Amino acid sequence: MNILHIRHNTFKHGVHPPEHKEDTRGLPIRQFPFAPLLILPMTQHIGVPAVPVVREGQEVSRGQLLAKAGGYLSVPLHAPVSGVVHRIGNVPTISGQMAQGIYLKTFPFSTQEAVEGIPVDVNEAKQEAILQAIQDAGIVGLGGAAFPTHVKLKVPEGKRCDTLIINGVECEPYLTTDHRVMLEQADDIFMGIRYLLKATQAERCIIGIEANKQDAAEHLAACAPSDLPLTVAVLTVKYPQGAEKMLITALLGREVPSGGLPIDVGAIVINVATTAEIGRLLPHGRGIQERVVTITGPGIRKKGNYLIPIGTPLRFVLEYVEADPDLSEVYLGGPMMGVAVSNLDIPITKGASGVLAFTAAQVSRPHRVYPCIHCGACIQACPMSLMPNKLGQLAKFEAWDEMAEQHHLMDCFECGSCSYVCPSHIPLVQYFRLAKIMVRKRKQSKTAV
Amino acid sequence: MAIVIAVVALGSLTLLLAILLAAANKKLYVYEDPRIDAVEDMLPHANCGACGFPGCRPFAEALVNGQALPGRCTVSSDEGRKRIALYLGVALGAEEKYVARLACGGGINVARNRAHYHGISSCRAAALVSGGGKGCLWGCLGWGDCVAVCDFDALHLNEHCLPVVDVQKCTACGACVEACPKDLFSLQPVSRRLWVNCKNLEAGDQVLEECQVACTACGRCAMDAPGGLITMVHNLPLIDYSQDHRTQAPIQRCPTGAIGWWSDDGDFLKGPESRKVIRQTPRKEGFS
Repeated sequence: MNILHIRHNTFKHGVHPPEHKEDTRGLPIRQFPFAPLLILPMTQHIGVPAVPVVREGQEVSRGQLLAKAGGYLSVPLHAPVSGVVHRIGNVPTISGQMAQGIYLKTFPFSTQEAVEGIPVDVNEAKQEAILQAIQDAGIVGLGGAAFPTHVKLKVPEGKRCDTLIINGVECEPYLTTDHRVMLEQADDIFMGIRYLLKATQAERCIIGIEANKQDAAEHLAACAPSDLPLTVAVLTVKYPQGAEKMLITALLGREVPSGGLPIDVGAIVINVATTAEIGRLLPHGRGIQERVVTITGPGIRKKGNYLIPIGTPLRFVLEYVEADPDLSEVYLGGPMMGVAVSNLDIPITKGASGVLAFTAAQVSRPHRVYPCIHCGACIQACPMSLMPNKLGQLAKFEAWDEMAEQHHLMDCFECGSCSYVCPSHIPLVQYFRLAKIMVRKRKQSKTAV
Repeated sequence: MAIVIAVVALGSLTLLLAILLAAANKKLYVYEDPRIDAVEDMLPHANCGACGFPGCRPFAEALVNGQALPGRCTVSSDEGRKRIALYLGVALGAEEKYVARLACGGGINVARNRAHYHGISSCRAAALVSGGGKGCLWGCLGWGDCVAVCDFDALHLNEHCLPVVDVQKCTACGACVEACPKDLFSLQPVSRRLWVNCKNLEAGDQVLEECQVACTACGRCAMDAPGGLITMVHNLPLIDYSQDHRTQAPIQRCPTGAIGWWSDDGDFLKGPESRKVIRQTPRKEGFS
């Protein structure tokens, strides 16, 4: 049975940034050492923060529950190492604000064996039990958004999911985590798909992979068990195809309505690393303790794909990979959607898919910002068919409400294509992020009144 | 002949509509107190909202209806308020003047920037990129969003990129309170002289690495203050303004000057034991 398909239909617009994946795509995933002190914020996911269930001075084993979920839109946190809870207090996070968190001191001579919980059998477990198990395992979208996966998988009343899409697109330049996961953890992915198919009651499953990862697509197609209703689709390379709305358009030809969710068109998109994590953890009843991170960029000597314990401080990571001492810019995530880091004492969280480092010599100095010349390049690039030029001008005059009501600001998912192509170097995405925050703030204050 | 018909037709139509309008004007006339207009003219037309009403006209209506007293308007001069009180024959209702106070002393000469921020020149935009470059996560970013929104020219950035409130000009409209992404501004009665000039929630001397005037949560002010005036909450002194707070005792032993005293002319006075800041040049940026 030939399950490999080459698709030529894709979404509208988009950009083609240089890929820079060649440095790390051939490097196998390697285990990262355990840092002496781990930093574990309670807000590693979107939603309600987790609630610590340990106390200061308590000894914990690897895999033990550190914090329970703070509500439905929340996931628990498990100890990534065996050690002792050093302190519960404020920890720095990528957002630049302190959040409640746990400092965990590693036992240096521990064998670091993980404790296992109650296994969830894919054949016997009910739909609800699988969703609960996914929440209990602390699983969030590992592609970068860190949205709790069990909430995403919950099909609302009256809606139906016919297609489960596994997102192996990895359109961000530099990142190769999903590529390596697909090559090395195919069995985990297929196990994960079994759980996901049961949880969503979908009839079929499509794995979407961009053509620059042909080897991964062929490998998955070759290893696929024959009883899975599976298709591996190879897509043309274009950014931001990994965004779920773009991927649905490219694979199914359906368009998610403005303000809607993929489930509105009968699809659920799950990242391939998340799928592999589900397939690996649920049969053992374990929680997520580590994730694959691509560490790359011109400022790194030992580039590679590493399996890093969650909570490892960025400073420790950069020291281990022998980062250039003259480091000037560090990004958490990819170059298009990642965030520039201002503090190296922040930890690797569940949502961090890459660390990118540049030295002062390699960073092109920020360009001068010129006025908009209405060339329309951003309109040609925007995958959501918005008008970034118009939005940018309104943002300059702080017309937040007009942006939201008349120009569909809230449909922007900050992919960065408009800023990438702008010949005037206008920081459009930063304007839109600011505008979205202001619109949400106003909406909140209005409902409060 | 055609011209005559046209003139007569249009003329009669105009007349008819004019009568209709005149009738409607009589029939639908809403009586409005003429004093509202008069009082509005006496108000400063700033529409700042400091009085708690959406603008000067609603405030004028409230004044005429007796729901508010002229003292609520902080923008008017004393004479202006007295004129309104005299005109309406009401009490002045002299309420205490409020001003905006900044709770951060970390200018670039004392507070370190961890990283160099490049992007939209605004605090709110800088705060989006992992909190801005400031070493202290709670500190003033110094891009002057508050200065930009101030309609009364009461805010200026000093030479260390720290906003300074002009107490005379500040009308406590609250625009800066809204604008600050770090929530450093608050509206306070001018009589509150004792002031904690820091929002850093960390404790211990390591906070001085990021900012030399930060509160280290040593607790000396709480010990020196008379009877429970100051308590340490979340590693910061909390002043109970419901008690008598007109004492400079708490600031005497503060090692950093994080707690101090607002003088009459709007200077922030520090205790004698606080570390003297001599450096006038910016502290070196460090990516660490």
